[in-house]
Amino acid sequence: MMKRSLAGAACGLMLASAGSLFVSAALAQEKTIKVGVLTDMSGPYGDVGGAGSTVAAQMAIEDSGMLAKGWKIDLISADHQNKADVGSNLAREWIDQGKADVFLDLLTSSVALAVNQIVKEKNKVALISGAASSDLTGKACSPNSIHWTYDTFSQANSTGKAITKAGGDSWFFVTADYAFGKALERDTTTVVTANGGKVIGNAMAPLNNADFSSQLLQAQSSKAKVVGLANAGADTANSIKQAAEFGLTQGGQKLAALLMFITDVNALGLPAAQGLEFTESFYWDLNDKTRDFANRYSKRVKNGAMPTMVQAGVYSSLIHYLKAVESLGPTTDGAAIVSTMKAMPTDDEAMGAGYIRQDGRKIHPVYLLQVKKPSESKYPWDYASVVATIPGEEAFRPLAQSECPLVTK
Amino acid sequence: MTDIAPHAPAPPASAPAAKSSTELLAIAGLALVLAAAPLAAYPFFLAQALCLALFACAFNLLVGYGGLLSFGHAMFYGSASYLAAHAAKVWGLPPEAAILAGTLGAGLLGLASGALSIRSQGIYFSMITLALAQLVYFIALQSPYTHGEDGVQAVPRGKLFGLIDLSNDVTLYYVVLAIFLFGLFSIYRIVHSPFGTVLKAIRENETRAISLGYRVDQYKRAAFVLSATLAGLAGATKAIVAQSATLTDVHWTTSGEVILMTLVGGMGTMVGPVFGAFVILAMQNYLSTFGQWVMVIQGAIFVVSVLSFRRGLIGEIANRFKISL
Repeated sequence: MMKRSLAGAACGLMLASAGSLFVSAALAQEKTIKVGVLTDMSGPYGDVGGAGSTVAAQMAIEDSGMLAKGWKIDLISADHQNKADVGSNLAREWIDQGKADVFLDLLTSSVALAVNQIVKEKNKVALISGAASSDLTGKACSPNSIHWTYDTFSQANSTGKAITKAGGDSWFFVTADYAFGKALERDTTTVVTANGGKVIGNAMAPLNNADFSSQLLQAQSSKAKVVGLANAGADTANSIKQAAEFGLTQGGQKLAALLMFITDVNALGLPAAQGLEFTESFYWDLNDKTRDFANRYSKRVKNGAMPTMVQAGVYSSLIHYLKAVESLGPTTDGAAIVSTMKAMPTDDEAMGAGYIRQDGRKIHPVYLLQVKKPSESKYPWDYASVVATIPGEEAFRPLAQSECPLVTK
Repeated sequence: MTDIAPHAPAPPASAPAAKSSTELLAIAGLALVLAAAPLAAYPFFLAQALCLALFACAFNLLVGYGGLLSFGHAMFYGSASYLAAHAAKVWGLPPEAAILAGTLGAGLLGLASGALSIRSQGIYFSMITLALAQLVYFIALQSPYTHGEDGVQAVPRGKLFGLIDLSNDVTLYYVVLAIFLFGLFSIYRIVHSPFGTVLKAIRENETRAISLGYRVDQYKRAAFVLSATLAGLAGATKAIVAQSATLTDVHWTTSGEVILMTLVGGMGTMVGPVFGAFVILAMQNYLSTFGQWVMVIQGAIFVVSVLSFRRGLIGEIANRFKISL
């Protein structure tokens, strides 16, 4: 008797769960989109992406106008703590529990590479804005992901080319002694020599270095016209501050940060950062559209900060994703959405017109910026002026050099 | 073992009257709960938690039964993780061979680092293990095989023995559970062997053990290598589960976390570290919305647990009921 009722209960449970499966399948056909922002909320890149990326995603959802057309768009966000395992756990969980169909931001290359693979396996979509590694559209490219904002190649290429052509033809690198720093130095060296410049030398500094005096003194005595900082985050900030103390720029040398964000300039302050050249795919004070976007954004974040290129990329990529889904109708087939996104030209307030290449590389102009002198800054966040605009075709790695298997040569 | 050390400081939970049978029961109970766990919780998370739990148990073997506090256990966990990931991805080994390679690699590293560190005592021993672990961390940061901060990604899970497809999370979980139980049972056997008895004697009173004619350094070194090997087993399994090996695995914070897990769960108890691992992981997972406050909360819980239940969760229970868990 007992056994039978247990069996009955088990059958009932199975029926119920099967029923709920049908229900959820039916719901998927309704106009629902689930957006997940996976970013660094607390660590060193919290200002670059973080809560601001969630705000940018929320703005994209509102600006898409799809809510008025009866679509239901859920937004979920979490802190991956810059750990690949935490990020991939979250991604798996969100997919398996039906919490996200598209992943945004994905700061830090290790996290992006890990999530990229899971998303491919489960046929969802990854729109990578925060991560730098150009492998994401090279060896690790995927039919389910788009690398949106920038990569190590475009950073090195834009900064290196523009400065060398403008007469900065001898370089000295202060390089973070790990894969990312070395990749940046290597890529920049290629560009500098290709444009007729030469690299005089380099000095390695360990990750999270506090004292750059030895490296900076070497840079100073090398008499190179340009000192390239192939590092990121706190290392960039520290080396710039100490370069100001040593009077590097006052001595006639130019400082080029190969990866830097507008929030870093804000944190450093203009007196320390003045004269510095850096590359961004987005600057808030570029034209009326970007200013409008940035001001709307700025009103919604806690400290009134202007958006970084990563946050602008989150906005831009989500707008385009939503357009693609709207044209396709309700679907969660990630590869189909991405191929539609590749077929459509991109255009939005933040990043302007552009397109997406076969290998998943989003192409748009890239800007070489120079940090203003404190006396030139007229209003809050008036930090930089545009030195050069590099067309997307020149800024990013040419398709011919791509190792991506998706590229038909 | 208290009979040879009547004045031992803060005896870990192994009460004198305790029989090892309660420990076996506890392991069996744990096995049952874990076997049913995928019904209630997310199997992938559980599989990763089990890897860390095994890591904590391996650490506990050294600190709980050998009285040796290593600050650098992440070097075994992490290097095994890297080695297994490399073996599975680059050499194309099947998962069982990759895990074996990682485990043996960690064992060899344990042999070398143990030979160096066991020569020192107390805090000096801890500091030398920390220094060696930092050495391993920087090798992992620089070596071309580990891909720096990107880590080894997209490690294939493959088929266990060419038969069992590990791409299914539930299947994977039960394989990890089997590995975990194997590790835990090995620790149980080690602790209750004559070797383990001598080890505990050394923990309680090293001078007396020497006077009884034991070569304590050899015992300690053996315990160190065993602990390193089992930590390696945990790390290598983790590489297959998470399909990645990253710098987090070798970072000193991982060494710190495993100490936290062991102390919160109950040092010198058989199943305590498992509970500790689950408590810490659950905290990290469910409190992740608090951002950097997770560390503060973790620290506060650590302080509270050290002040109010010094023997750890399971240790206190064991002590209350005068049993060994």
